Amino acid sequence: MIQLQGLTKHYGSFVAVDHINLTVDKGLLYGCLGPNGAGKTTTLRMIAGILRPTDGRVLLDGDDVHRTPLVAKQKLGFIPDRPFVYDKLTGAEFLRFVAGLYGQDGDVVERRIAELLDVFELSSWKDELVESYSHGMRQKLIISSALIHRPAVIVVDEPMVGLDPKAARLLKDIFRQFVDRGGTVLMSTHTLEVAEAMCDRIAIIQHGKIVAEGTVNDIRTQHKAGDASLEELFLKLTGGAQAKELAEVLGK
Amino acid sequence: MNQPSLAHVLQPKWRTALQRIRKERAEGGGGKLILLTVVGLAFWAGVYGVLHVILRYFRGVEELGPLLANKMLGLALLSFVSILVLSNVITALSSFFLAKDLDLLVSAPVDWLRLYLAKLLETAINSSWMVALMAVPLLTAYGVIYRGGWFFAFYAMLVIVPLLILPAVIGSALTLVLVNIFPARRTRDLLSIIALGAGAGVILLFRMIRPEQLARPEGFRNLLEFIAVLRTPTSPFMPSEWATRAIMGWLHGPFDVQPIVLLWTTAAAFIAIGAMLHWQMYATGYTKAQEGAERFIRGGFWKWSLGKVMSPLSVAKREFVLKDIRLFFRDTTQWSQLILLGVLVVVYIFNIKVLPLHRGEQVGFFSVTLVSFLNLGLAGFVLTSIAARFIFPAISLEGRQMWLLRSSPLDLKALLWSKYWVGTVPLLILALILTGVTNLLLQASSFMMVLSLVTIAALTLAIGALALGFGTLYPQFETENAAQIPTSFGGLVFMMTTIALLAVVIGGLSQIVYPYVRSVYEGHGVVVTPWMIASTVGVALVCVAATAIPLMLARRKMEQFEF
Repeated sequence: MIQLQGLTKHYGSFVAVDHINLTVDKGLLYGCLGPNGAGKTTTLRMIAGILRPTDGRVLLDGDDVHRTPLVAKQKLGFIPDRPFVYDKLTGAEFLRFVAGLYGQDGDVVERRIAELLDVFELSSWKDELVESYSHGMRQKLIISSALIHRPAVIVVDEPMVGLDPKAARLLKDIFRQFVDRGGTVLMSTHTLEVAEAMCDRIAIIQHGKIVAEGTVNDIRTQHKAGDASLEELFLKLTGGAQAKELAEVLGK
Repeated sequence: MNQPSLAHVLQPKWRTALQRIRKERAEGGGGKLILLTVVGLAFWAGVYGVLHVILRYFRGVEELGPLLANKMLGLALLSFVSILVLSNVITALSSFFLAKDLDLLVSAPVDWLRLYLAKLLETAINSSWMVALMAVPLLTAYGVIYRGGWFFAFYAMLVIVPLLILPAVIGSALTLVLVNIFPARRTRDLLSIIALGAGAGVILLFRMIRPEQLARPEGFRNLLEFIAVLRTPTSPFMPSEWATRAIMGWLHGPFDVQPIVLLWTTAAAFIAIGAMLHWQMYATGYTKAQEGAERFIRGGFWKWSLGKVMSPLSVAKREFVLKDIRLFFRDTTQWSQLILLGVLVVVYIFNIKVLPLHRGEQVGFFSVTLVSFLNLGLAGFVLTSIAARFIFPAISLEGRQMWLLRSSPLDLKALLWSKYWVGTVPLLILALILTGVTNLLLQASSFMMVLSLVTIAALTLAIGALALGFGTLYPQFETENAAQIPTSFGGLVFMMTTIALLAVVIGGLSQIVYPYVRSVYEGHGVVVTPWMIASTVGVALVCVAATAIPLMLARRKMEQFEF
């Protein structure tokens, strides 16, 4: 379970995240939507313990990520939006290294590496340096690294970027199975179809605040949107006028 | 089609530089600027002072004086050109083939000549600014001593500019040819050739110049032979020789316009040839540079060797150390410099060996002890430079992967621990070898041997901690090239702090060494005084503090890192 309590982040005078309160229950696939610069990535990076909040706290299964980081992070698998990996390690070495960071080694890890590389069709690449991987292959490797230590919570920023349709489908299946077995996934995405198809609940963030939260149906009801699509709802809540202007500019 | 101007192509570079300066200023970097200016001026003043004394002495020597001044300038400029060629080869590899802006520039309708000139200028500036700054006190000293007048400053610039352009053109052309033979991303082979070539070049340069013979005129059969050596140009076909003739002609006469014409026409001709080479070979080279460096690596050498030795450690620490070692040996920009370092260490030991201490009659005990003692400071300085290059950037290089380290339950202490020992253990081995071998060559006493080894070990532990500490306090997460990281402000502060530490330790130990030398010299036993004990304890405490405090501060700073 992920709990955000009064989570706030200031960059100088700019408020990137403004007192966010949110609970993501166990066994849920939760989507975080919002326009560019809304504060999604900042929120996710605070949950992963990479950014320190200006105020508030993040609890993973009751453990504070910033007060008891070592205990809390044991439960976490994080997939950033722009992941850099060590180019001069091979895929297998990278996964072994990440497992080591979580205190795991030996045959269990080797089996898990083989399993994950097989699932993501990277087995034949396991002894190649990461620098020779394509963007999508790197993304698959990063996802494998987030799963290597069998986390209870996965926090993922834009998971589908760079994946081919087959890998995207595979990832959706993996996340679904993961939550069905009691895991928790919190993901941010711009792809509304993905959010609508995959997420049990969503939160729409704008200007660092949650402007809508619940299932897609809940949000439709809350905002009296009838049977509007998620895209229409999103544009209504985050400023659809801009999209209209853009269409006009492009049409000139 | 209208082509963008050269200035336009270079716009992102100078705008980025300006933005950096503005950012520094906005963040209250005034103090930094003052410190950098003071250190820079002090360095210039130091170099100028030494040269002023030497040149004043030369001016006072009839006949031989101008010849010696001419020879010294020739050697200095030849060294500059050699350094510049190597530096340009390495810089050109990244600016012409690996830079991130190339995708944009190559895909844009920018003509090949503009691309060549823009990248050549970028290469020349990036690799020559330090040498250009070094040339200022050198030429100022010549201008002042030989009364060149104010106009000499402009004339010197006219001479130096083609001397900077030529190595840039040659270096870029060499890189272009090498990249056409090896793909740029397989730079392991490429850089090892460059580094070995440079190593051989340094040794060749030393043998060609034979500077030691100038210090021993008694080695010549007569004065005429000595003068003949001085009159012979160091290398008549080298642009450095033309520059020397141009400068000495202005300062001492007779003034001759030929060398400066030679310099500029050769520079222009080389640019034209370089441009033609670029036109012919760049497209193929750039395509090759895009080829992935697919390398199949199955070898678990480090895991089975070092991994077993480290088996008592926690998994995280063990994997971290293994990862650092693997990355080091697979990153050519890191280990290729080790070859150069090896050459420098050989030259260092060779210089100690040829010191005229044991020639002829029995050498004074005093001289040997003094050299052995001062050698500690010199070895400390060499170790500081190595630590600046290899340990100082350690945390900065993790910047892009910090998302992984910070989101994992890795204890920051384990990270620092790994970084510290991976950097310090090889440094310690080098320190002990360097000090032990030089003391053996010097035939130093057992007391000096033990004192030197213990001191250099303590100093190395402190230097490693200071490098890591300052590298963490002044991180450069955006810099991709590890070699550029130590040239930052933090690198300067680290060097200054370490030099201060060396001064304190050498000063403290002199309180022990001096009474020891006096006792032996006067032929009575060494009496250990409370002051000697206090000095030893003081030096030990300084070393412990210089080791512990930077690591503690580094840990605290790391906890505040945000990405």
